[in-house]
This record gives sequence, structure tokens and C-alpha cells, in this order.
Amino acid sequence: MSVVSQPARLGRERDFSFNWADAGPFLALLALLVIGFLVNPDFLSPTNLSNVITRSAFIAIIAVGATFVISSGGLDLSVGSMAAFITGITIMFMNMMAPSMGTWSIPAGMGIALLAGIACGLVNGIIVTVGKIEPFIATLGTMGIFRALITYMSDGGTIPIDRSLREAYRPVYFGTVAGIPLPIIISLAVAAIASFVLYKTKYGRKCAAAGANEDVARYSGISIVRTRTIAYVIQGACVAIAAICYVPRLGAATPTTGVLWELQVITAVVIGGTALRGGKGHIWGTVAGAVILELIANLMVLSDFVSEYLVAAVQGVIIIIAMLIQRFSK
Amino acid sequence: MTRSKWVAAATLGALLLAGQALAADKKVVAVSIPAADHGWTAGVVYHAQAAAKEINAAFPDVEVVVKTSPSATAQVSALEDLSAGRKLDALVILPHTSEELTMPVKAVKDGGTFITVVDRGLNDPAIQDLYVAGDNIAVGRNTAKFLVDKLGGKGNLVVLRGIPTVIDDERIKGFQDGIAGSDLKILDIQYANWNSDDAFKLMQDYLAKYPEIDAVWANDDDMLLGVLEAIKESKRTEIKYALGGNGMKEIIKKVIDGDAMTPVETPYPPSMIKTAIYMTVANLVGHAPVRGAVKLDAPLITKENAEEYYFPDSPF
Repeated sequence: MSVVSQPARLGRERDFSFNWADAGPFLALLALLVIGFLVNPDFLSPTNLSNVITRSAFIAIIAVGATFVISSGGLDLSVGSMAAFITGITIMFMNMMAPSMGTWSIPAGMGIALLAGIACGLVNGIIVTVGKIEPFIATLGTMGIFRALITYMSDGGTIPIDRSLREAYRPVYFGTVAGIPLPIIISLAVAAIASFVLYKTKYGRKCAAAGANEDVARYSGISIVRTRTIAYVIQGACVAIAAICYVPRLGAATPTTGVLWELQVITAVVIGGTALRGGKGHIWGTVAGAVILELIANLMVLSDFVSEYLVAAVQGVIIIIAMLIQRFSK
Repeated sequence: MTRSKWVAAATLGALLLAGQALAADKKVVAVSIPAADHGWTAGVVYHAQAAAKEINAAFPDVEVVVKTSPSATAQVSALEDLSAGRKLDALVILPHTSEELTMPVKAVKDGGTFITVVDRGLNDPAIQDLYVAGDNIAVGRNTAKFLVDKLGGKGNLVVLRGIPTVIDDERIKGFQDGIAGSDLKILDIQYANWNSDDAFKLMQDYLAKYPEIDAVWANDDDMLLGVLEAIKESKRTEIKYALGGNGMKEIIKKVIDGDAMTPVETPYPPSMIKTAIYMTVANLVGHAPVRGAVKLDAPLITKENAEEYYFPDSPF
């Protein structure tokens, strides 16, 4: 087990050296862009790229949170259901407040979303750390709970946002600042803050240490319980931010909102270079991973070679090739 | 061992219930349907409960019991529970899957229960006394006919299909048959999982790929919602029609309001469960023979007949 030596290698000086493990996902991304252009020149049109990167924002933002959880040695399967649940709560709250607060219910609803996300994350974290239940099982449980709650809240149907708020809220997904869609800016900001926390703060190093080797970390005086719980809270907050950007897109929450997002999120984190067993996390790699996933799906539609029945198989092959490019570029 | 305990418990339960049942001499109609996990099944639950309430109020000697199940396995257990406690006079079932439910439903029938099967057929059609379903082929065909007519038999289409299933295949087949012989061309057809988000993404990709699209058909209304949002955001103006299917209340409302892009709709109505329950009860209390197969048509819903399919209180 070489992991024992890892906490020692987490020194500050490494942050300034060029890191091939971080570059891997970007090489894969570049390769995909070139292939995409060869397949269909429309692939690189500004509209197409901005569409694809914008819609990868939800997975990217959630995956940034997942980078903390996975890096600290945990796992969260509940993120997709949690996103749907928070979306539902947010819309119901905004609709309730709309008559009295008008459009001010939008920022208020955003606040509620964040609180709900932090609370959900805290519940996950406490079950895993204090309850000492395997993260896979604990979050599988909460995944079912959140999914059932959104189904219950919507009677199995749709929770649409109030018409009076729809137009005012739309710019959060469809708006642009200096030509760049807002969700892209938000996900970049989330990633920037996250990479500061993970690479430049004491907490970030505790996180990686807890994931690399729990025993060594504990002997070094790191509280595993607190470190992992905070990671789940960060995850919850990220899910809430994603939900805030998601609501204006279709203006509704349904029981099928966010289905299977957890798998996309975990895939994005792993494509991004973070090991599933824990250790050092790669925030920017994760963001690249999320974009890669959306680009692959986009490429499948824009190309004409693949039968609609085989799309999932080709996506699987491309993900594996992307991982191989990364492995050999190290 | 557990089996015999169940039987013992069930017998005891039956004895306890028998006193009440004999006193009232009620005819029991059990309704077994999937739990609400998306719009269409939510509609089924809504209409089944509405039918139960109406019939229980109208006919004091009939008791309709509605039981929802989240999976095929759970539905099998539910059938055992429903038939264990009392004698069922009729069972109305919308099976999760044909394969897994065939034998359990047969077991209920062997106890002398009238069987009504809704939507998805069982593997052995001999089990059902009454079969009620919509017409998936007509959903595709009637939409196609409308487009052929309105576009003058010429134009470029893109299609969004759902999840690889018989329902999806039939709708697509009906649509392809419907446009056969015209100059309407399907530029592309891809799966979007009957999910609004996936449909939104797929429609964005279609818009990026094809500069000229005359009409879009999403074979389900959940997907149509995503399609409409993608079109709205792209500000493309050449798209004349974006149509769906199933009869979601939001889309029917658009038809009622005379929406230009979505002026028609084709139903595959979840209310078919209500039709089935009423017919079954008619057989029990009204001495009206109903054995046979009923295929509800999927007529084009236009502004004129939309009210018939509009259920503002339903979740779907």
C-alpha cells in the first residue's frame, strides 16, 4: 500500500508545480473537441458549445461538492434525489411567498434552497460519520427518502413555478454576462472557491488526508467525523446551488428530476482524476469531466454514424478511452 | 413455513371480516395499479381514486378498493394481500409487467374473480374477462396525419422517442406509417427517456444540427415541455409545430387556449383506468355484459373537443 506515504506528499510546494494528473482530463477534453469538429463542424459553433457547457453546469457544480466527499473517503448516491427534493421545496416556497413578496420571493427561495441543501448534507454526513454506516448504504437510504418526498410533494405529477415568477427567474439559467451564460459563470465561481478551499486551506488538506489513510489521519490528530461531515455539508450546499440554477430552466420539479444524476456526478469526478477510494481531489478535473460527459452526449446526436439503439454503448466506450488517455498521459 | 402462517393469518382475517361482509353483503372490486412515479402513473392513481370515491358513493353495495404498488414484485404481493382477506368479486389491474403478473392474476381468477386488465396485456389473454387499453399506434398515426395535412405533405421533421419499450415502438411505427407516401422527412430520431430534461438537451442538439426544421414530434408530453423550452430559448422561428402525446393537462390547456405551435394533442389518457372500473362495476351491479376487448381511440384533440380530456385537478 503506497497510500501511507501520501499525506506526507501533500505539502504546499506541490501546488505550484505542473501536475500531469490535473492535465489528463483536459487532454481528453481537447481530443474530444478535435474529434467532434472532424465529425461535424457545427460542433464547435459558439451556440452549440455554449448550450452544452451551460447544461453541464448542474453536474459540474454537484460534482465539485462530490469531489470533497469522495476525496475524504466518502460517497454520496443521494445527490440526484436531493437536487429534485430541494428544487421542489424551493418552488413550493417561492409560490407560497409570491403573493406577499412578489419577485423578492426568488432570492428568499434561493436562501431556503441553500438551507435545505446544507440540512440534507448534514443529515447524510451525520448518518455516515456518527452513525458509522457505510456511505454507499447510508446515502442509498437517503436517496430513496428524498425521491419519495419529491414524489409525495408533487402527487407524482409536476410542481410548476408560479407564472408571475417565471419570467423574472428565467435569466438565472438563460441570462448572460458579457456573452457568457450565467450558469457557466456560477459553476466557475463554485469551482474557484472549492479549489481554494481544497488546495489552500487546512480543511482541504485534512480532507485529502482522511481519504488517503483514515488511521494515519486520525493519529495525526485530524477529526475524521468532523472532516467528513463538513464534506457532506459542502456537497449539500453545491446541490442547492445546482438546484437554484436548475429551477428556471424548465420551471418545474417532477419525480423524474435529477434521476441518475448521481452516476453522472461520480463519473465526472473519476474522469476528472480523483480516485474513487479517496485521497487528493481534482476540482478542475472534475469540471472538465462534467463537460466531457455532456459533450459526448451532444456528439452522439450531432454525428450520424451511431444508431439510436447503440448510443449508450458508444458513450461507454468513449468514457473508457478518456480514462485511458488520462492514465497514459501521466 | 411463512406461507402456511400467511394462510392461517389470512383465514383468521377472513373470518373476522366475514361477519361484516355478510352483514353488508358488499361486492368488492379491487383495483391494483402502479404507484405514482411519473406524470402518467400519477394520472392513473388520481383517476382510480376518483372512480372509487364516486362509485362507493353511488352504489352502497359496492366497495372499490384501490391499491398502488411501486414495483412488479410489490404488485404480486399486493394481489396476494387483496385476495387473501376476502373474496374479490372483480379485480381491475394495470400490470407493471406482463410476464411477472400473469400467473398471480390467474391465481386470483381461479378463485372466481372477474378480471379486468388495463393498458398492458398479460401473456395469456384467456385470463382476462375484459381488456381496456388505448391505441398507441393511433397516437403516432393521427399526429402524423395532422402534420402531413398542415405542412402540405412536405417538410423536415425531428422526433424524440422515449424508452425502448413496446409502447414507444408502436407510437413510432404508427407515426412512420402515417407519413409514408408524403414528402415529410424524419431528419433524426433519438431516445430522450420520456424526461423533460433529456428532451431539452436533445432538442438543443437538434437545433444545432439542423438549420431547417418544420415540425417536432415528442411522443410524450413530458418531453414536449423540454422541447418547447429549447425552441423558445433558441429564438428560431421556422418551426411551425411542436406536438406531443398522452394528454397532459398543461398541453391540453395550450390546445384550449389556441396555441399556435401546439394546436392539437393525441390522448393516451390515464383516465382509461376509470373507464375500466366503471365498466367492471356495470357488470356487477347493472347486469350489463362487458366481456371483450375495448380499445379507446386516440382521436385528435382540438380546441372543439379538448374539454372532454381536460382534468385541471389531476396531477397529470
